[in-house]
Amino acid sequence: MKETIRFRLNGQPKTLKTDGDRKLLWVLRTDLGLTGTKYGCGESLCGSCTVIVDGEAVRTCQLPMSAVQGKEVITIEGLAEGNAIHPLQEEFANRGALQCGFCTPGMIMNAYGLLLANKRPSRGEIVEGMEENLCRCGAHQRIVEAIEAASRRV
Amino acid sequence: MTIRDFSAEEMLREQMGRLPTTDEANPSTLGTLDRRQFLKAVGGGIVVLVAMGDPGGSVVEAQGMGYPEDFNAYLRIGKDGRVTVFSGKIEMGQGTMTSLAQMAAEELGVSLQRIDMIMGDTDLCPYDRGTWGSMSTRFFGPAVRAAAAKAREVLLDLASQRLGEPIDRLKLKDGVITSLTDRSRIVTYAELAGGEPIAHTIDREAVLKSVREFKTMGVPTKRLDALDKVTGKAKYAGDIQLPGMLHARQLRPPAHSSELRSVDTSKAEEVPGVVIVNQDGLVAALHEDPEQAELSLGLIEADWQTPEPHVDETTIWDYLRSKDPGGEPDDVRGSVEAGAKLSAERFSHAYHDGYVAHAPIETHTATATVQDGKVTLWVSTQSPFGNQATVAEALGIPKAEVRVITPYVGGGFGGKSTAHQATEAARLTRIVGRPVQVAFTRAEEFFYDTFQPASFIEIDSGLDSEGRISLWDYHVYFAGDRGAEQLYDVPNSQIVVHSQGWRAPGVHPFATGAWRAPGANTNIFAKESQIDVMAAAAGADPIEFRLRNTKDKRLRSVLEAVAEAYGWEPQSAPSGRGLGVACGIDAGTYVAHIVEVVVDRTTGKVQVKRVVCAQDMGLVVNPDGAKMQMEGCITMGLGYAFSENLRFRGGEILDKNFDTYEIPRFSWVPKIETVLVSNDELDPQGGGEPAIVCMGGAIANAIHDATGARLFHLPMTPKRVLEALARLPDFDG
Ligand code: FES
Ligand code: FES
Repeated sequence: MKETIRFRLNGQPKTLKTDGDRKLLWVLRTDLGLTGTKYGCGESLCGSCTVIVDGEAVRTCQLPMSAVQGKEVITIEGLAEGNAIHPLQEEFANRGALQCGFCTPGMIMNAYGLLLANKRPSRGEIVEGMEENLCRCGAHQRIVEAIEAASRRV
Repeated sequence: MTIRDFSAEEMLREQMGRLPTTDEANPSTLGTLDRRQFLKAVGGGIVVLVAMGDPGGSVVEAQGMGYPEDFNAYLRIGKDGRVTVFSGKIEMGQGTMTSLAQMAAEELGVSLQRIDMIMGDTDLCPYDRGTWGSMSTRFFGPAVRAAAAKAREVLLDLASQRLGEPIDRLKLKDGVITSLTDRSRIVTYAELAGGEPIAHTIDREAVLKSVREFKTMGVPTKRLDALDKVTGKAKYAGDIQLPGMLHARQLRPPAHSSELRSVDTSKAEEVPGVVIVNQDGLVAALHEDPEQAELSLGLIEADWQTPEPHVDETTIWDYLRSKDPGGEPDDVRGSVEAGAKLSAERFSHAYHDGYVAHAPIETHTATATVQDGKVTLWVSTQSPFGNQATVAEALGIPKAEVRVITPYVGGGFGGKSTAHQATEAARLTRIVGRPVQVAFTRAEEFFYDTFQPASFIEIDSGLDSEGRISLWDYHVYFAGDRGAEQLYDVPNSQIVVHSQGWRAPGVHPFATGAWRAPGANTNIFAKESQIDVMAAAAGADPIEFRLRNTKDKRLRSVLEAVAEAYGWEPQSAPSGRGLGVACGIDAGTYVAHIVEVVVDRTTGKVQVKRVVCAQDMGLVVNPDGAKMQMEGCITMGLGYAFSENLRFRGGEILDKNFDTYEIPRFSWVPKIETVLVSNDELDPQGGGEPAIVCMGGAIANAIHDATGARLFHLPMTPKRVLEALARLPDFDG
């Protein structure tokens, strides 16, 4: 059933007339051309599809569009402010906290949500907060370091 | 540094902006130019091979891999002074994009910032067999270096003519050549090359730069793909979205052995906007919305016949033994009979390993379109040229009519050496007449993986009365010979490889293939466990025991380096400290690991606290990239060591997602310290695989050191740890 869904996406108002059962992941990737949000498992098991909805890290592969009605959504494409990339992005890049990069948008968005909830997480809290995000390349150690470094800057 | 987007038209337009095509407005005509035509079209000049002497052993080896000799095949200097480097190797996270750019920049004499990389495009890049076996830097690297060095010498020669100065009165810096006699007289690479292939000969040799001259190579360098990857701009095969594109979801059998008896697509056909294909074994639902494609697929009714399963993950080794084709002794030293006589003590053990999945986070994906009969595919593949050939053959068209473009690949580890999804996408796009994307679901990714094979190893070894290894009779079944070689100075030794290695077609219930350092993880787990068994029996410290039994300089140096970095204090196992050692050779690189574990005796759970790894990989092109790969290997190695063991019933794959197939997580990851043992005399050796090969063995040895219990099975799950603990004579848990 088509419904009108209004939400803010990366700071811009969006109105979509679409089926409210469709998952945000696929609407982002197909209708809206925002391909930074990735499919990795489709069952909320890997975290590659993570975005921010109203200040919280959320997995979009099982999130229906109806759930973002009236909400504020931020994807990896919306993290930079103007030309300045976010400290998390900068630390990930500078510290080589990525290899194939496929998990990276989900990692960064999950970390962004983590830092919104806890400005100065301890190492243990970072590990716990990132535990459900999978990286097959094994960039974990540097990801933790990057989040720690970014937390000192935001 | 910009990494170009990989959309075919865009790339051609941007990269080669000045293509003299008759129809600029219709970019599809660009897509039909092959590389040779393209060079002709852009260059207008005749490409003359540079006459030069033997550029050195590794370059000759590189050309044995089929790499072209004309340096113009590898690089192009644009009018804007930017250098585009063409590589048949692909970037899947291993950092090759960066190290190849470093090598080209170094030899050409330009800064790294000037380099743009085009990788894995069959229309633009020199032929390459595939990105695997840690061979990019070892074998393609020398070809790139040689090409860039030749280009540099040719450009200097042209500059000398242009400026009327002998070459030794010229200074080259970042693509700018200045006369030392009159510093106002300058000419740039951009002016000399002008965006065209360089047609000029010289009769001098192009000498590669020496380590002392390096400005870019050997310097820790930030990944060139990092910015794209942290901003979401990096394009992977599934991120290519073409106008009118359909997402395909295909009917898949419940098991590899299943046969389709009947199929009914009538219900699925009623879904608005769906396109159903049922042709020559392809049954698919296609839709602009991937969720509608999935829903339609669910409405297809299929009747499958599946034979009774006769093997699963618990019975696989008996089954494999029944398939043993035998094997010939290799690397025979002395004789096993003599070794037996010499041995004061004998050790006979069997080691087992199961099927392991590659499980890259990006599933196999291909986006395909046809224009004027030419098929263009964006594929997540480790072998674009192999893939091009496969697709062309499946479609019955010449290779020139298939172009494979490889965007960033989201992890491969050997699993993307085959890219069957590309053939499916190509066939479907030809049938439906619209662009098609095939992106495997996670369940398909598990189902169609080419798994690391289950295997087993039997070792009969002996110690003489002085605690030296006197006998080594090694039999490996179905893991292949990689990592099986004799590391130690054993007078009586033989290696017998049963089966054709990890592929063994027709043996396994599903496809097997190369998994990061194929076979070496299993072989080195067995070998280094057995060494530790003997060290403990000899009452020797495990590092001291290894050193006592080898004169190999590189092996000794990594063992000594890892001991020093760890702060090793000699003690024989089990010491209760939970420290394990293992060493090995892979892809020309030597590695040694020390791991520290804590074993929970009630749950059987093992936590690795610290891993120190020393690696001698010859000349290191990008020390930061090398360390990143070592960390990645160590982390990934925790998976095969502790949890990864595919569950199946015959041809049915039971693991379908990450809930049951567990890969390493943040909480598993120890403190990792990596040491690069300097060895600049040796050409660069492999870096993407070696540091993973010791993880099983080092952890097994650490568990033994902690508890006295010996694990003979990978993965070392809590259940197996508890079973091993229960076998201890004084276990009271
Ligand atoms: S794709 Fe959503 S959690 Fe994996
Ligand atoms: S960087 Fe490849 S999966 Fe994380």
